[in-house]
Amino acid sequence: MDMMKKVPVREQDPKVRATNFDEVCLGYNKEEAEAEAQRCLNCKNPRCVQGCPVNIDIPGFITKLKESDVKGAYDVIGRSSSLPAICGRVCPQETQCEGKCVRGIKGEPVSIGKLERYVADTARAMGVKPQGVEKTNGHKVAVIGSGPAGLTCAGDLAKMGYEVTIFEALHKAGGVLVYGIPEFRLPKDAVVEKEIENVKSLGVKIETDCVVGKSATIDDLMKNEGYEAVFIGSGAGLPKFMGIPGEQAMGVFSANEYLTRSNLMKAFSDQSRTPIMRAKKAVIVGGGNVAMDAARTALRLGAETHIVYRRSEEELPARREEVHHAKEEGIIFNLLTNPVEIHADENGWVKGITCIRMELGEPDASGRRRPVEIPGSEFYIECDAVIMSLGTSPNPLISSTTAGLEANRRGCIVADEEKGQTSKEGVFAGGDAVTGAATVILAMGAGKAAAKGIDEYLSAK
Amino acid sequence: MFKITKKENLAPNIYLMDVEAPRIAKYALPGQFLIVRVDEEGERIPLTICDYDSEKGLVQIVFQVIGGDTYRMSSLEVGDSFADMVGPLGKPSDLTEMPLEELKKMKICFIAGGVGTAPVYCQLKWLKNQGVEVDCIQGARTKDIIILEKEMSEVSNLHICTDDGSYGIHGNVCVALQKLWDEGKRFDRVIAIGPMIMMKFVCQLTKQLGVETIVSMNPIMVDGTGMCGACRLMVGGKVKFACVDGPEFDGHQVDFAQAMQRMKLYATEEGRLYLRAKEGDTHHGGCGNCGN
Repeated sequence: MDMMKKVPVREQDPKVRATNFDEVCLGYNKEEAEAEAQRCLNCKNPRCVQGCPVNIDIPGFITKLKESDVKGAYDVIGRSSSLPAICGRVCPQETQCEGKCVRGIKGEPVSIGKLERYVADTARAMGVKPQGVEKTNGHKVAVIGSGPAGLTCAGDLAKMGYEVTIFEALHKAGGVLVYGIPEFRLPKDAVVEKEIENVKSLGVKIETDCVVGKSATIDDLMKNEGYEAVFIGSGAGLPKFMGIPGEQAMGVFSANEYLTRSNLMKAFSDQSRTPIMRAKKAVIVGGGNVAMDAARTALRLGAETHIVYRRSEEELPARREEVHHAKEEGIIFNLLTNPVEIHADENGWVKGITCIRMELGEPDASGRRRPVEIPGSEFYIECDAVIMSLGTSPNPLISSTTAGLEANRRGCIVADEEKGQTSKEGVFAGGDAVTGAATVILAMGAGKAAAKGIDEYLSAK
Repeated sequence: MFKITKKENLAPNIYLMDVEAPRIAKYALPGQFLIVRVDEEGERIPLTICDYDSEKGLVQIVFQVIGGDTYRMSSLEVGDSFADMVGPLGKPSDLTEMPLEELKKMKICFIAGGVGTAPVYCQLKWLKNQGVEVDCIQGARTKDIIILEKEMSEVSNLHICTDDGSYGIHGNVCVALQKLWDEGKRFDRVIAIGPMIMMKFVCQLTKQLGVETIVSMNPIMVDGTGMCGACRLMVGGKVKFACVDGPEFDGHQVDFAQAMQRMKLYATEEGRLYLRAKEGDTHHGGCGNCGN
């Protein structure tokens, strides 16, 4: 075995998986996981832990794995994370834990994400449950949103003894884990639902179909329903459009709509009664993880699929693994290209899109080189669907209905990074509602910090 | 939760239900809507709230069978429950935010078409309770499908019209509005709720008459909280989301042609699902929807 390289992980063949919604990555088995675990050097000063937003004791759990002690490894992870099966699948490890791994200097870093996934999946199969408290402390906390920030905050608070209720706007718990990330990347019944069951087994209650800001207000929860503190983890929800001609044509969707139909409503399956457009040729505009998810969904629903992105491959904000998987599956990348106009036929359906070629100029505020149009380089792509994946902005529902809760110019709730404290007493916030669209693990980190902040606040009260 | 406590068949294919939904009932105001899901495989269906009782924790919905899921809803009985019901969503009518003095001086004419009658009732009842008197034109194709006539006449000066002249004024709601106008009635505001085509023609007329007009838009939706953008429409040249910016808009600013076109997006699929639910395996084509 080459100690400089990761033990390769088994995946569904690209040709086969392009036609189904089953999970792409099959994960390690016992032999593979234990062989990979041997590559960990158990550093005295583990840089991987610093790279993890929730500071999992990574060498600690890998040491347990070396001893074939999956339950022990699960308990080590459980001290820091409530959602290991999810993080092992969707964290950008290459820029976090694995990005810092000493092994990565001369060879490939330890495959920490795949090991975490192995521990979580195996522990679940063995029926291991996270450790809850025997008796609650009688203090009630409300958590708004059941996405990664809310679940983490609720799980941590429950472990400290608080009585936690999560309020979820949709009919199913999980937030972006359920409506946003597709089945082939994060299985819903087998993984997400089980992780949520684990959080519930800690004593957390979840009330679905409750839009805070509409079905109840924060003041209402605190004054009339007895919640002493509130955590807002409502995510970033409002999709952006480009404002180009033709965007109202039939066949133009936000990635949020397309993915929500397929993921939350399961429109990809014949059992579901929610419709989804099965395009012949789809153009996805954008280069983030959501764009990759939308593109790979359209592909699986039968479309020839193109990504249109205005910068070059180097600037693609999506995880490298996602771009790699998308390419393997046959998605065509039109880089340094930007849409100008969408064309509709006489019945109002999309028939094509005019794009213009771009080149990179001077660096902009984000530090990336700014894309500039090349005059006269317009060209036409025939297509019957256009999916806009340009990012999202926070939903104003909560900030506009809560007196004394400060939001910034972009509509994000203002909260201090260390404890999640907002401008309103007893109200904490974290995740995309504060930062704008980011990652699952950063939201979890914020949920964790806020749980600590809430505990300190209520203990001092 | 979401148990049905009352069910009435108002007209062929039109049903009224009272449903236990205390959180919605507590905060609902006229003009807002809710989303209902009949069972675990069901679609999320937006419906305008028709009445609410915050003390009993009940909300009232009225719906017409147009697709597979509305057909399934119609087969539920008192004692059965919906899988989900969430709301109140959208902004309440701006009438609810006006000073009462101003409201009492206003001359308002509501125009209700088809199942749009039920959400109009919600507004009329609220205004009546505030002591505000208003006119209402209620239109239907024919006499048999006029709904809630008694209730509507209790809370407004009701003018009924039918396309075929079988009851009330002979003609559609525009004919009726023009008739009132010609008789010397004047209005500061028209509020039209009904099929998009009706709202479009009402707006064309009120533009000529120079009367401010509010319409309640009911485009295709998924989540109803601003997340998906499926319900977007052009109002005054700007993209608006019906679920969070509406559902009520200035009718003279709405691009109806585009909004009506967007409604067709899943039209055939809805028809297919309806027949699949209703006829099951016995359906053998000829409906114009299924492709057989």
